[in-house]
Amino acid sequence: MAPRTLYDKIWDDHVVHQAEDGTCLLYIDRHLVHEVTSPQAFEGLRMTGRKVRAPEKTIAVPDHNVPTTVDRANAATMTEDSRIQVAALDKNAKDFGINYYPVSDVRQGIVHIVGPEQGWTLPGMTVVCGDSHTATHGAFGSLAHGIGTSEVEHVLATQTLIQRKGKNMKVEITGSLRPGVTAKDITLSVIGATGTAGGTGYVIEYCGQAIRELSMEGRMTVCNMAIEGGARAGLIAPDEKTFAYCMGRPHAPKGAKWEAALAYWKTLYTDEGAHFDKVITIKGEDIAPVVTWGTSPEDVLPITGVVPSPSDFTGGKVEAAQRSLDYMGLTPGQKLTDIAIDTVFIGSCTNGRIEDLRAAAAILKGKKIKVKRAMVVPGSGLVRAQAEEEGLAQIFIDAGFEWRLAGCSMCLAMNPDQLAPGERCAATSNRNFEGRQGRGGRTHLVSPGMAAAAAITGHLTDVRDMMGETV
Amino acid sequence: MDKFTTLTGIAAPMPLVNIDTDMIIPKQFLKTIQRSGLGKNLFDEMRYTLDGKEIPDFVLNQPAYRKAEIIVAGDNFGCGSSREHAPWALLDFGIRCVIATSFADIFYNNCFKNGILPVVLPQEAIDHLMDDARKGANARMTVDLESQTVTASDGKSFAFEVDAFKKHCLMNGLDDIGLTLEKAASIDSYEAKAATLRPWA
Repeated sequence: MAPRTLYDKIWDDHVVHQAEDGTCLLYIDRHLVHEVTSPQAFEGLRMTGRKVRAPEKTIAVPDHNVPTTVDRANAATMTEDSRIQVAALDKNAKDFGINYYPVSDVRQGIVHIVGPEQGWTLPGMTVVCGDSHTATHGAFGSLAHGIGTSEVEHVLATQTLIQRKGKNMKVEITGSLRPGVTAKDITLSVIGATGTAGGTGYVIEYCGQAIRELSMEGRMTVCNMAIEGGARAGLIAPDEKTFAYCMGRPHAPKGAKWEAALAYWKTLYTDEGAHFDKVITIKGEDIAPVVTWGTSPEDVLPITGVVPSPSDFTGGKVEAAQRSLDYMGLTPGQKLTDIAIDTVFIGSCTNGRIEDLRAAAAILKGKKIKVKRAMVVPGSGLVRAQAEEEGLAQIFIDAGFEWRLAGCSMCLAMNPDQLAPGERCAATSNRNFEGRQGRGGRTHLVSPGMAAAAAITGHLTDVRDMMGETV
Repeated sequence: MDKFTTLTGIAAPMPLVNIDTDMIIPKQFLKTIQRSGLGKNLFDEMRYTLDGKEIPDFVLNQPAYRKAEIIVAGDNFGCGSSREHAPWALLDFGIRCVIATSFADIFYNNCFKNGILPVVLPQEAIDHLMDDARKGANARMTVDLESQTVTASDGKSFAFEVDAFKKHCLMNGLDDIGLTLEKAASIDSYEAKAATLRPWA
């Protein structure tokens, strides 16, 4: 057999049927569901009298709408339409008999954090969810991508998707990262290099020493933002770190099944000589802590840089850059470290895991915030509990952060956590689109350490300057 | 799903790159549990002031484009989230076709599930069609899926590519769940085989 990429191997093992024109029916091992993109799909099943084909492979959790304040058990903390949407998921999960983590469950959290945490996500699987950040699960060497609501209904009814195979793209990060540089800086730097459409039509495999050296949390951060680079899916070959993370999780295999799974998982790597349609190589030591200045995730610069001018760009990007500068209220030539910050948001499926909270707390320990408000929204109830146990929560609270319950929160601002018009935020989330965190809100995407540094100084700050003080 | 065969209509020019799904339909409108009714909030933050008044400069608020059925736009249309509310909002407004140099993957797929045709054309063609769209309501474009062409009001025609299966479904308004369920036997046998090869999954 010709050498195959990791993507080729997972794809081949999931083809149920291939039509003459190459259109495939692909089997789906895990279907994750949340409240926003599923109600119309369940309604479609009801209207056609169809059932969920594999309820045992379907996992639902409300995350986008839920308030993250500690009083959220009180229904009055939710708007009527949010309440209806969450109640619809409660009912659909019950009626169709799928796995469910309701708001009241300590395991509730952001769907892309809950899946791996509970051992639903395992190497070599196909994972889909009506959410573009499903790419996160690719960190386990699973083929994971977002789908629309019609496709959610299709997967619920058939446990398959109609797909054409994408192309293979390799993103290699060679060498090691320098101190203060994180997985978030890798993933943003890649998008900065390729543009937001650079990965369109591709599945990315991230590889190289710097990727291997990342923890599973870091790898999830990298894969999470594959979609911001245009790629539906990003993946990383599983290794001992992956297996160690999976072992003992509630839904991971045990005993003989674990041994069988492990033997299979060890075959999941790109063969020597396999073909990639596109290759990007970045030196790990060249990556600096980065920040976005504009309203597209490709608007990435090292924190040591200055706000660019529209004349630095060509084509449609000239007008886009001007529009971004106007929206962001920035002036070309302004030092990025001179940009004052009002709000700091630490959380999201990109950076809401325990390692992210540790990184932020390491910078914050013993300090006070200078921004108007700062909040930490753990990615799941279990992350929150662990952070409390490790004493991180107290560091955040002492610094002046709000210590919240789990949810998507200000990443997309569907719940009450929103920016006011003109309010400027350093956020560990994934999108800096116009209005993303609230109408008129201005978002700068950063790593957790950079977010913590900005919280202390009140302006965008090079986290490496703060590390000197904490070491 | 409504069929898409041919469409002659007004095209709205939106010469922006990276028109994302948060622009197309902001998050506060994703709380609906229905597919319909989103058209009034299409491009909400570009279309209305904070107190809900129309912004006259925005293309779809201009008299010539209020009944637009086609949008001509720049690179990477529909990037961002997987929300199918984006094509639902376009459709509910009356948009049946978006023409751009490139589309984000998930949005592109979502269009086909809702009777909307996304057309990819090279920059030169987009430039021509953008100019044509700027002429307003008297300049109608024709999009013909059968022949895979877009024809500007001056008669200049551009051929586009589309996946044969997607074209077939769109031209016939087919429900692809129904099509897949016809292959239930294949799914059964795949599951039986997978239960042996990968029993943990």
